[in-house]
Amino acid sequence: MLTGEDKKLIQMVWEKVAGCQEDVGCETLDRMFATYPQTKTYFPHFDLHHGSDQIRGHGKKVVAALGNAVKNLDNLSQALSELSNLHAYNLRPCFVLQLLAQCFQVVLAVHMGKDYTPEMHAAVDKFMSAVAAVLAEKYR
Amino acid sequence: MVHWSAEEKQLIASIWGKVSVEECGAEALARLLIVYPWTQRFFDNFGNLSSPTAIIGNPKVRAHGKKVLTSFGDAIKNLENLKATYSKLSELHCEKLHVDPENFRLLGDILIIVLAAHFGKDFTPACQATWQKLVGVVAHALAHKYH
Repeated sequence: MLTGEDKKLIQMVWEKVAGCQEDVGCETLDRMFATYPQTKTYFPHFDLHHGSDQIRGHGKKVVAALGNAVKNLDNLSQALSELSNLHAYNLRPCFVLQLLAQCFQVVLAVHMGKDYTPEMHAAVDKFMSAVAAVLAEKYR
Repeated sequence: MVHWSAEEKQLIASIWGKVSVEECGAEALARLLIVYPWTQRFFDNFGNLSSPTAIIGNPKVRAHGKKVLTSFGDAIKNLENLKATYSKLSELHCEKLHVDPENFRLLGDILIIVLAAHFGKDFTPACQATWQKLVGVVAHALAHKYH
């Protein structure tokens, strides 16, 4: 459950990311494909070269969706409802969301260094778990 | 047996050479206890773990973090023989400490984030891939003697 403090911290982190969302998205996906090659199986139709247009475009989408979730922390289920349908009925990315979350956090840590405090780390980890749970809600 | 390419060994060595075992170890363990508070159950005798500030400042956490990461250094010196290197530690974590091996994976992921925060852009995707492989293999070796 996201506490009031968690929500504040998540919003703070998001403000730091605001200016470079596209880069963050692209880097997250690049790292995910490099570190967890099995995630590439969900993108057979993509050019998966480092920093490709498709990775950049998809990264932008992912970060925009996360940004929307950040704006609606009190109602993640509703905010992510359409995406939840898409992931559950069409995409069914099993096990990927957790790996994406790890890579997203690594990118945040790379960009923020010491400013990515343990408290922020905990809040973002909870947030990403909550998002993954909502997206997987309708799997079965 | 896990195979390590020359490039992977280089990426491991170049990062490890610049790591302060004491600082990174303390930070990684503190973050484990903060981000995944259920792990505190393994450290009943560590005293005050009541808040992130208390955990970060706790001398037992710092000392144990250093111990854990020093042991990690042994893994790096014995990449070709991890299961043997961690045989006794694996038995200890199973039989005496009763730690679910899933927690090794969590600590590994946290260590990656600590390294990323410390090294910034130098912690490239290739670095991350190699180090995630390393922490995964270490976690596996630590779980090997479980029964």
